[in-house]
Amino acid sequence: MWVVPAIPPALFLVLSGILFTIGVIGALTRRNAIVVFMCIELMLNSVNLSFITFSRFLRSMDGVLFAFFVIAVAAAEAAVGLAIFVMLYRSRETINVDEINLLKW
Amino acid sequence: MAENIGTLFQWLIFLGVAFISILASLLLVTRKNPIHSALFLVLNFLCVAVLYILLYSQFIAIIQVVVYAGAIVMLIVFVIMLLDLEVELRSGLKFSYTKLIGGFLALFFFLGIFYAVVAKSPTGKIGSSYTSENITNNVKAVGEVLFTQYLFPFEIVSILLVVAMVGAVILSKKRA
Repeated sequence: MWVVPAIPPALFLVLSGILFTIGVIGALTRRNAIVVFMCIELMLNSVNLSFITFSRFLRSMDGVLFAFFVIAVAAAEAAVGLAIFVMLYRSRETINVDEINLLKW
Repeated sequence: MAENIGTLFQWLIFLGVAFISILASLLLVTRKNPIHSALFLVLNFLCVAVLYILLYSQFIAIIQVVVYAGAIVMLIVFVIMLLDLEVELRSGLKFSYTKLIGGFLALFFFLGIFYAVVAKSPTGKIGSSYTSENITNNVKAVGEVLFTQYLFPFEIVSILLVVAMVGAVILSKKRA
């Protein structure tokens, strides 16, 4: 009798790679700082997907914990990054990353 | 036969959710309005949460919906509403050769990932903490590992969150 094979881990990893690449393209091509930030979140998320995939197919709980820590760091990064954008907008009236090229002015 | 139907449904769910998540991330990159981008980011996060359930990690799926799709994207939407981005919306997407070069480099990067994944099946040390009992009690298993083996990193993360909170408050305070 014909048996349907289980989903191979390679498909999950390829999907994770596709999402990561789309995030890289967005971070390289968009100029709005908030959209760049969202693309970085997308990249972190795709890395989490590959962590969970390896955790499942290597039968180890460590990958889940690493994904947990990545999510915690992403939350901290979101808070600080968005505060920086608000401050930049107050002093420069723009969040275009091409125009923000000085650390101090 | 019943197992066959179960696996078939897993395939259907995987293919549908993978397609939707790729589509959502493409739209996230190409939309002009940052609010639309944020909403497509939520859609992408929800699709990835479904994939986590497909991989038997219920805990991370719930955390994904609550923290990523709930808290982080809500923060992003708040900041977009706070900033007046009318000028940037009207300027639209401009084409430039640097963007073209960046896109090509990213495509090469993807080819590298694809080759690394497909050429050889992924290897690694097989762990022991993922028994069939743990799959049904995923939250309990995660908690046991988190509060024994990973207790120190867990405490460090709590300090990191406090530092980030204080930093955000200080940064967004108006200069006196």
